[in-house]
Amino acid sequence: MPGHSDPGFDTLSLHAGAAPDPSTGARAVPIYLSTSFVFESSDHAAALFNMERSGHVYSRISNPTTAVLEERVAALEGGVGAIATSSGQAALHLAIATLAGAGSHIVSSSALYGGSHNLLHYTLARFGIATTFVKPGDIDGWRAAIRPETRLLFGETLGNPGLDVLDIPTISAIAHESGLPLLVDSTLTSPYLIKPFDHGADLVYHSATKFLSGHGTVVGGVLVDSGQFDWNASERFPELNQAYAGFHNMVFSEESTVGAFLLRARREGLRDFGACMSPHTAWLILQGIETLSLRMERHVSNARKVVDFLASHAMVESVGYPELPGHTSHALAAKLLPRGCGSVFSFNLKGNRTQGKAFIEALKVFSHLANVGDCRSLVIHPASTTHFRMDDAALAQAGITQGTIRLSIGLEDADDLLDDLSRALKAAQKAAS
Amino acid sequence: MKLNVNDREAFAYTGGKAFDANLPTVVFIHGAMHDHSVWALQTRALAHQGHAVLAVDLPGHGRSAGPAPASVEAAARWVADLLAAAGVKRAAFIGHSMGSLIALEAAALLGDRATQLVMVGSSFPMKVSPALLTMALDQPLKAIDMVNALSHSGWAAKPSAPAPGFWLNGGNRALMRRLQAAYAAAGHGNLFHLDFQVCDAYAAGLETARRVRCPSLMILGHSDQMTPPRTAATLTGALRADSITLPAGHSLMAEAPDGVLNGLRSFLARSAP
Repeated sequence: MPGHSDPGFDTLSLHAGAAPDPSTGARAVPIYLSTSFVFESSDHAAALFNMERSGHVYSRISNPTTAVLEERVAALEGGVGAIATSSGQAALHLAIATLAGAGSHIVSSSALYGGSHNLLHYTLARFGIATTFVKPGDIDGWRAAIRPETRLLFGETLGNPGLDVLDIPTISAIAHESGLPLLVDSTLTSPYLIKPFDHGADLVYHSATKFLSGHGTVVGGVLVDSGQFDWNASERFPELNQAYAGFHNMVFSEESTVGAFLLRARREGLRDFGACMSPHTAWLILQGIETLSLRMERHVSNARKVVDFLASHAMVESVGYPELPGHTSHALAAKLLPRGCGSVFSFNLKGNRTQGKAFIEALKVFSHLANVGDCRSLVIHPASTTHFRMDDAALAQAGITQGTIRLSIGLEDADDLLDDLSRALKAAQKAAS
Repeated sequence: MKLNVNDREAFAYTGGKAFDANLPTVVFIHGAMHDHSVWALQTRALAHQGHAVLAVDLPGHGRSAGPAPASVEAAARWVADLLAAAGVKRAAFIGHSMGSLIALEAAALLGDRATQLVMVGSSFPMKVSPALLTMALDQPLKAIDMVNALSHSGWAAKPSAPAPGFWLNGGNRALMRRLQAAYAAAGHGNLFHLDFQVCDAYAAGLETARRVRCPSLMILGHSDQMTPPRTAATLTGALRADSITLPAGHSLMAEAPDGVLNGLRSFLARSAP
């Protein structure tokens, strides 16, 4: 029943969480660049602090502009709410810190963004949280890795950098059999290409720096809850179903049947770790989201043209894009990602390291930098940059070789991108001699 | 708080404070496909302002064992039994939608033991279209989406509930889906169809209203598409109730949490026995 009662994706991209400002009539979302908000009375102040009333107190905990972004991303994902954070990494940390502590365990896909691998493998281990890494397609491996102290399963919709498609229906079913939630990083897909909650995921986060923002201007993250996981049904989550002395002995799962996770994450994780988002950043991400579907269509369309070009080029050994028949996730991509597999992918260049360097340095339209999901096309060599802390074994497990080059296809004219790549591949060829 | 009602486990949220039956007791009754958590802000506030709060999960909803009551009258009797189990002698009854009809019946059933009655997002009769009842049987998830869409007045109710950053339409949908799935998993069947059938079948509203002796208040949503304010007029007259209308849809407690709370506080104070 499309219309005001049941708006579609594009309408939500523009309107969810926002209405004309009641005090000024401003149609665009105002930037409430204020650290704090005046109480109406002492009773009002006490009620806000005790969660007897909803409202804003201090912008580390919540802010009117940031709340619009949170509601909007939740609406696009089909969730119950969201928390905006200072970065995607902060969103991942907030999700984990809300559910896990010293002695806890995580089962994670091995095909991860290098920063996420660092957090799980090195940093969280220092705080007593262990992680078992499993190849995303090793279904039995996921099940076998679960322990009594496991608190969540985690993977990326499109594993970095090989684009292994996470089998969300199957992995979420495995998680749920053990009373565990599945957390998904949906950064490379955005809700335009896949809504992980529709396939069984329980929590989703984005590095909003990428496609949600879309213009390479700000760093931010968003953590979204589906509201479908029953935290009360398991003894693994006392943080959510037992009294919390750190907030008036609140039992979050009693307070909100579907919002317990977000209440705890905001009242503890955001309050204490403080990785909040600036309202100005939230506003810029909102600007990006307003054109999300238009941009994603173009990103995917350009990516498909570049993939086709590279797949048939003599200097290219292989292209890792799931829409290609030879990709290990081809069938899964057709099922879960019918709108496309995004615009970030890797390919393997024939030749040696010098030729790879020549290729990257010959590019004129593509920018050599460490980011993806920009409206401009980007290029990077993962083994020497984003994944440089990984040893050869870990690199191999993640599907990365010394010849792997990652592209993020932007919104330029596709012909200009193909011309740029063509010239750079010639440069690489010449560098062999 | 867990209670034993008629040999079945029942749950009532007490607003984040230990229940004290010596305080003026307020009973909150949720509507179809909901549980106690729809009253999160109002219950927590009243519990911290001198009231004993019992926000029940009706049988088969949330944490109270099923099956769900097959009629408004049966639900009201269960509420009376729950009060007995909790040691409550007198109470105010506050209900939303289907829960408002249960509150009405409970207030009439308990006579002088009912101190006040508040009906939020109410109407009488509360007829449900045959098409929706059929959809509830054949495509319950689609029926949930339809009712969810009709329950909200817009896309940006502020400051949101239970806290900023919550997407109200998503929260309501998730709650209904959770309850529908849990009820089916417990082997009781189709909760959506049962709840809406209960609303549709209730016929005693006006007769019951004339038996209610306590002061009463209607809190209605200006943009309510499920129970438009005009459909509450007859009941309001029969109860000789006060009435306030808030800028909200059917999900009044989420879309206008402060308005509902302020209305409740004011009414409970001025009509206290």
